[in-house]
Amino acid sequence: MSTLTYAARDSTTMLKRNLRYSVRYPATIIVSLAIPALLLLLFVGVFGGALGAGLGAAPPGGKYIDYVLPGILLMSIGYGASSTTLAVNRDMTEGIMARFRTMAISRSSVLTGHVVAALIRTLASTVLLVAVALLMGYRSGADAGRWLAAAGLVALLTFALSWLAVAIGLSAPTAEGTVGFTLIVQLLPFISSAFVPTGSMSAGVGWFAHNQPFTPVIDTLRGLLAGTPIGHSGIIAVAWCVGLAVLGYLWAGALFRKGSAR
Amino acid sequence: MSPTAPTLTALTPTAPSPAITASGLRKSFGEKVVLDGVDLNVPEGTVFCLLGPNGAGKTTAVHILSTLMRADGGEVRVVGRDPAREPDAVRAAIGVTGQFSAVDGLLTGRENLLLMADLHHLPRAEGRRRAEQLLTDFELTDAADKRAATYSGGMRRRLDLAMTLVGEPRVIFLDEQTTGLDPRSRRTMWQIVRGLVGRGVTIFLTTQYLDEADELADRIAVLDQGRIVALGTAAELKRRVPGGHIRLEFLDEIGLTAAERVLEGATRDGDLALNVPGDAGVRALRALLTRLDDAGIEVDGLSVHTPDLDDVFFALTGRLTTETGSSDAQSTAQPTAESTKSASMQKEPVR
Repeated sequence: MSTLTYAARDSTTMLKRNLRYSVRYPATIIVSLAIPALLLLLFVGVFGGALGAGLGAAPPGGKYIDYVLPGILLMSIGYGASSTTLAVNRDMTEGIMARFRTMAISRSSVLTGHVVAALIRTLASTVLLVAVALLMGYRSGADAGRWLAAAGLVALLTFALSWLAVAIGLSAPTAEGTVGFTLIVQLLPFISSAFVPTGSMSAGVGWFAHNQPFTPVIDTLRGLLAGTPIGHSGIIAVAWCVGLAVLGYLWAGALFRKGSAR
Repeated sequence: MSPTAPTLTALTPTAPSPAITASGLRKSFGEKVVLDGVDLNVPEGTVFCLLGPNGAGKTTAVHILSTLMRADGGEVRVVGRDPAREPDAVRAAIGVTGQFSAVDGLLTGRENLLLMADLHHLPRAEGRRRAEQLLTDFELTDAADKRAATYSGGMRRRLDLAMTLVGEPRVIFLDEQTTGLDPRSRRTMWQIVRGLVGRGVTIFLTTQYLDEADELADRIAVLDQGRIVALGTAAELKRRVPGGHIRLEFLDEIGLTAAERVLEGATRDGDLALNVPGDAGVRALRALLTRLDDAGIEVDGLSVHTPDLDDVFFALTGRLTTETGSSDAQSTAQPTAESTKSASMQKEPVR
């Protein structure tokens, strides 16, 4: 067998190992689905009326759930990334990462297994989340092509955050060390265009919210799903995702090669 | 990568070639020199033990030999290959079991073994066969379907070693594998290691326990502050080391002074105790007690001290193993140790 076949085989083995966790301990999936679903209920059912009225120029159809869903999807991706960080960190602290590194297996397979498992897990929970939203009255004006583009962007962001999550998991000496990353990915959507337009925020916060990576992704998703123009948010969103993915990939690779003295 | 199976070559009856060699091995972390010119030569099919206190550089040596870390300098060969240049060739031939059990706690014991079988690209049936065999050999059959996180310390270490063996490595590194284990589990591990040696596997062992080295190793290297300060069999090391003595305790000063007159070379140890140097065998002990009895001296208590790692270290370096920081205080407590070093130990040439 060639090197590439071995790499694919090792990656599959690692992927199976990671997916087995998800099936056996569904708590992580349930949390990454239930919390965004609860937030969806909270923002639509409790704050939705007031926030929707405050939006002024309401999106076509005028319902707040149509506005807020992309942001909630991003939060779900954030929860997924948090559990990836914890899984990688557990491999690190349990010492099994060191075992893998002394075995003649494809170098990339260990981390690839984590990233691909994260993609599958997160995409599954976003699909379920969209289903919940549809039950709650979400309606999209998008055609199949736009849905596909939205799914692609969700996958790309998940991919980028997963590589970052792997790097953070490798770099943190203990599980507590991953808390910073978890907080950032879970709080960043609140200071973005997820719930209210950035233009309605105070100047400094608005500037930050407008220029942070989640906002163009949310704006692009919202535009794609609503069937409205997305302007250059699309390009900015893709650029952010590719940039974060490359950063995470290189960082994780360097950490994995260097290893730790544990 | 070449698909050759290196696992069988160990069985061919060629001249015993070294499984591991190193010369002038050095490694520093920043300012701190961890390995300072270490030479190693481990023939195939033997047990080599690197003995030393915490922080001596044992784990660093294992990390370099097992491809986890690069050396700063020196020549290293494991199964004839350079771990830095051909890491995959080395990895295919070795197995590493460290101080921290590298098992997946969320998987069951059997799943952990099957994971290793998959990563060694074994055919499914062969992987299952090996997993079942190892579960039986390591007395893990009853716990095979329980999560490894629920295992006791000894079970985790056994599973850890079993996982290392799935790939049938020719060279196995055991890095402080029994540290923190209860005596019974340690004995079980020793039996397993002896079984492996019987099959021609080379074992590179690190430990802080002299008795473990004594039980298992063909040759022992004492590592101290990144240098090998002595090399030999367990018997050789112990013979070179003073420190074996019998400690006698007395009820009062009269008994003590009487005993001092009778026993030559005895030194006071505290207020009402004497240390009688020398071999503490049954015969010597009986002779000693007879002499005390004949002189009508009452002994309140008696204890026998055989050389241990502390004594080895003391003799070699003039420091105690446990507290490297308080070396000065310890040296003054037993000023003879420094002088006995050159007389009783052949120092290994460094580099």
